[in-house]
Amino acid sequence: MKVAITSTGQSLDSNLDQRFGRCAFFVIYDTETGGVEILPNPNKDAEEGAGPASVQMVASKDVKKIISGEFGVKIKSLLDSLKIQMVVYKEPEKTVKSVIDMLNK
Amino acid sequence: MKIAVASGKGGTGKTFVATNLFNVLSGRGERVTLVDCDADAPDDLLFFPAEKISETEVTHQVPVINKDACTWCGRCSNWCNYNAIFYVPTAKVIEVIENLCHGCGACSFACNSDAITEKPVVLGTVTSFRTDRGYPLVEARLRVNEMSPVRVIKAAIKEAGEDGVVILDSPPGTSCPFIQTVDRADYVLLVTEPTPFGLSDLRQSVETLRTMNKQCGVIINRADIGDSGVKNYLREEQIPLLGVINYGTDIARSYSEGRLITEESEIMTGFFAGIADKIISEHGTGSN
Repeated sequence: MKVAITSTGQSLDSNLDQRFGRCAFFVIYDTETGGVEILPNPNKDAEEGAGPASVQMVASKDVKKIISGEFGVKIKSLLDSLKIQMVVYKEPEKTVKSVIDMLNK
Repeated sequence: MKIAVASGKGGTGKTFVATNLFNVLSGRGERVTLVDCDADAPDDLLFFPAEKISETEVTHQVPVINKDACTWCGRCSNWCNYNAIFYVPTAKVIEVIENLCHGCGACSFACNSDAITEKPVVLGTVTSFRTDRGYPLVEARLRVNEMSPVRVIKAAIKEAGEDGVVILDSPPGTSCPFIQTVDRADYVLLVTEPTPFGLSDLRQSVETLRTMNKQCGVIINRADIGDSGVKNYLREEQIPLLGVINYGTDIARSYSEGRLITEESEIMTGFFAGIADKIISEHGTGSN
């Protein structure tokens, strides 16, 4: 299963970005293969609709779970319709790597 | 002639200035109309006993997507500048997020398979009133849960027409609603306060108005509190200071009770008459 983790930077040592739609990077982690893909978020500075556009982006990567600090109000129903699980994890000091370690436990 | 009363920062006294200018001009029997363009929170009516004349709904067209006709090409979503079409072809999900839609019609144009029709959505209302003195007051009011008042403001200004002096009470900020309001104005009267926050927003307003080639002048409200930053800025940038209003509990009390200071103070009546005369004598009453 692929999991999207919002990241403040381009490495696994970066912290978990607390905002979903306007995060700096998405780390797409594959729990089966251990593969990692890091994508810059093109919607970071979108004037409007960053949340839905970001859902669209991670959904196109076949992600089934998203881990971030906060999710906006517009996207809950979209995630439901795509059967993507939303995990709220308000830990700004945690690194992306530590989040991946938790997934592997 | 259209005079927009604007500020950048909220709470500086736009409505105070707009309603009192309107009151002074109508009290002198001049042809004048007040338009409340602050569609998110219109409140000019609080100050005038008025009779409702007419009300019109302002709508825009939002797309309706027929999934059976959709070929999942994604053009509509790509063309949308506002992320209003949510499109995940692998999951066969395509959805219009109505409150992100600006009603521009790009998606309908982009669709090559006739899968998009449009339906009207009500954004707000434009209501015409006549004050007890017989003067027109037009109110723009955004519907609760709608995001953008721009079309409602545009319709309200159009409804007000071109007769005599039209005072536009602008929404705060310097984004689209402000720009839609001042775009129609021949002159912009900026109301500010002598605080760092007031100055920061005044600066943004002035810079925005300069890119639009709009003439402006400034009133400093509560001028005897705060610091000298605003005055220094006006001097450096050679922006006309049209007047200052000192803080007064009499003004604050009358305003908070929904009354007009120009009904109660001859000094303030003279002050607002002077501002109106200065703008009109320098810029005429014609419209551009």
